[in-house]
Amino acid sequence: MKSLAPYVMRRLGHGVITVAAIIVLNFIILHLAPGDTVDLLAGEFGAADPQYLADLRARFGLDQPIYIQLGQYFWNVLQLDLGYSFRNATPVLNLILARLPATLILMLTAILVAFTAGLLLGVVSARRVNTLTDDVISVLALLFYATPLFWLGLMGIVLFSVKLGWLPTGGMYTIGGRFNWLQSILDVGRHLILPAMTLALYHMAIYTRLMRASMLEVYNLDYIRTARSKGVMPRRIAFRHVLPNAVLPMVTMVGIQIGTLLGGAVMIETVFNWPGLGRLAFDAVFQRDYNLLLGTMLFASSLVVVINIFTDLIYAVLDPRIGIK
Amino acid sequence: MTPFDLMKAKLTRRAFARSALIPVAALALAPMMTPAMSQPKQGGVMTMSLDPEPSILVSALNSASPVYVVSSKMFDGLVTYDKDFNLIPRLATAWTVSDDGLTVEFKLRDGVTWHDGKPFTSEDVQFTFMEILKKLHPRGKGTFANLQSVETPDAHTAVFKLAAPTPYLMRALAGAESPIMPKHIYKDGDPMRNPANTAPVGTGPFKFGEFVRGSHLLLQRNENYWDKGKPYLDQLIIRFIADSASRAAALESGEVQYGAQYVVPLSDVARLGKNPTLEVSTDGWEYNTSVNYFEFNLRKPQWQDVRVRQAIAHAIDKDFIVKNIWHDFATAAKGGPVTIKQSDFYTDDVPQYEFDLKKAAQLLDEAGYKAGPDGKRFSATIDYSPSGDTFRQTAEILRQNLAKIGITLTLRAQDGPTYVRRVWTDNDFDLNIYSVSNIADPVIGIQRLFWSKAIQKGVAYSNGSSYSNPEMDRLLEAGMVENDPEKRRQIYKQMQQIAMTDLPTFPIVYIDWFSIYNKKVKGLNTTALGLYENFSDVSIEE
Repeated sequence: MKSLAPYVMRRLGHGVITVAAIIVLNFIILHLAPGDTVDLLAGEFGAADPQYLADLRARFGLDQPIYIQLGQYFWNVLQLDLGYSFRNATPVLNLILARLPATLILMLTAILVAFTAGLLLGVVSARRVNTLTDDVISVLALLFYATPLFWLGLMGIVLFSVKLGWLPTGGMYTIGGRFNWLQSILDVGRHLILPAMTLALYHMAIYTRLMRASMLEVYNLDYIRTARSKGVMPRRIAFRHVLPNAVLPMVTMVGIQIGTLLGGAVMIETVFNWPGLGRLAFDAVFQRDYNLLLGTMLFASSLVVVINIFTDLIYAVLDPRIGIK
Repeated sequence: MTPFDLMKAKLTRRAFARSALIPVAALALAPMMTPAMSQPKQGGVMTMSLDPEPSILVSALNSASPVYVVSSKMFDGLVTYDKDFNLIPRLATAWTVSDDGLTVEFKLRDGVTWHDGKPFTSEDVQFTFMEILKKLHPRGKGTFANLQSVETPDAHTAVFKLAAPTPYLMRALAGAESPIMPKHIYKDGDPMRNPANTAPVGTGPFKFGEFVRGSHLLLQRNENYWDKGKPYLDQLIIRFIADSASRAAALESGEVQYGAQYVVPLSDVARLGKNPTLEVSTDGWEYNTSVNYFEFNLRKPQWQDVRVRQAIAHAIDKDFIVKNIWHDFATAAKGGPVTIKQSDFYTDDVPQYEFDLKKAAQLLDEAGYKAGPDGKRFSATIDYSPSGDTFRQTAEILRQNLAKIGITLTLRAQDGPTYVRRVWTDNDFDLNIYSVSNIADPVIGIQRLFWSKAIQKGVAYSNGSSYSNPEMDRLLEAGMVENDPEKRRQIYKQMQQIAMTDLPTFPIVYIDWFSIYNKKVKGLNTTALGLYENFSDVSIEE
């Protein structure tokens, strides 16, 4: 195999340009919206005197022309400084890092569950195509795909928290609890079940449909017919001949979905009061918190670039024909 | 006698009356009393919900409502108020006002320490008012405009020197509005960037524990609180739950034991009220009470004729709004801009505008806005505050009401910063619906809506209609310095009569805020501050 380094470097170079373009675009779009952080604060304060508001604008640098603010932002980013969130009175990096673990735990769990379950269900569906099992799986997948996430989540809360009292209604862990590390993990796990499962059901539906279609397509290829005519066992055909080739579109899909990881679960975070990054970015828009929004965008877009490179590398490993150019 | 002396005398009388009554009441109630009722239970954790999340935790620097809620638990003020606005001592134990009303002397409580163990002294009071509240509180420059200096003759005496009598001063001293801040933490550097803003050091009943954004704030019992034995709770957990359905579920499951204001949608309150573990109450909101206002942009020619404004006032079906939007958690406004909960200044001796579409149509005809062949007179836009659904719903009802007299309204939805900029900076609106908290005294809560000097670009919830009337200004300015309570009441009565005659801005409903709490929770809503009280009296009884 050729050395990966030049390829990865080239892709990273493109990535940096992409990320910079995303920041500029976001910056401009956010500034096109009327009002700024001080307008938001002025609304929240109930009343304030004009000099106070002018002082705040000067303090936040909002009295500067937009290109100066943008230039200042890039200069700060080059020094690995994501700026200060005036609304939250905290450096942006601290805010993001504090939220990152919650997002990663939720999204990775959900995608892992969804991927595994979707893969299995897709395989089962494809192997029993046009039977009752296939129909049931397809209908369920369609149902979970079409049901609004927040509704699914709320029904989960009503059933498992309010009626049965088995699981907490929200939050990430028991606040103020004194636990050892094992109890802490179990505690987070208990809080994770409902949000992760709600999110997983939705993604699982996509994976199931994708895997089923992909399997069926490969089943129609000539080499499968050859294998069949040689008398290879159906199970062996499914798992040794079809599955490895059918899984490629799934890898693409996981790559795309991990890309949306940072901001993709605003609904779930809202319903389950999960302290993730999606909600942070969402609020930043409504609070005209420029630095915070740009910071989360920087994080998210960098992640997408890196994940894309990884996806391509995994592709190359799974299918040697694709190779790296 | 000055009003402060009056207040004091009243307080003393009441305190005396109470102490005299206790033995009698105790005797009468003795057979019914159980041991649990006599002494609140020590210990336990209360979890409450709050949304939106506060940006910082110190209300001296940010007057947003969620900041008031959390800050007041960690910081005490000089006093607090009972439900009739009589003063209750907190960090100040006694106060005297000079006859000319220009000097107020506070005796400060002995033996109070900050959460970091440093002693609390008059220097802290001086620093708080002169360096923090007067300079950095969003309303402070106005409220404490007359405050020239705070003298500190000894560690437990603070003397306020005023440039003019300031009758509303004593109503601005609760811990939520004017928290006493630690000088030793804030004296160096920019207070706005002080790390203590998100990890406060106060003197209040609860100490800062941890602040996890997007999740919760954890407060711990202050064992060294001056009020021995209090607070009763070991911990107070404030969870930030953004979704109202999730908040309702958390209350129902018992995970959250207290929530207030917008905690659940109004349409959900009746259902939760039927839950045997929950209590719904509108008690304890005298201080933090709000009024929904309807406002005309008087810069636009079509509103300049008072008959047009009167016509619209006649076309609003307030009772329908109270019933269908507020589910009876509001009172239709039959009085002036002061809410009915502030009995001192409330008056309904003002011009009345009962729901009467015929009269409205007639007034429009008189003003020269005759209905066209299609029945239409003119069209206008209506902006509404984006905080909460009630404003949009009210605007929708108004659209239907006004359509019947030939006025076509277009609703304009927008987010917070857009709305504030449009109405108060760009003044680019026709009609506007919003709410403002009355905050204890007309000078603090009402004046900014009607004073011509409050026509200020960029200042939200100031005089957005651009209303200017010299007589109104004269009354408002007289009310700021009138020390005689009865004369002052008359001034604000007149002021409200003018407001309701001129109608630049007028009240639609007085909101009855509610709280929902688990029946195990006792000691909430004991003062006028409700949600903004310090919760030292709150206990959990099993």
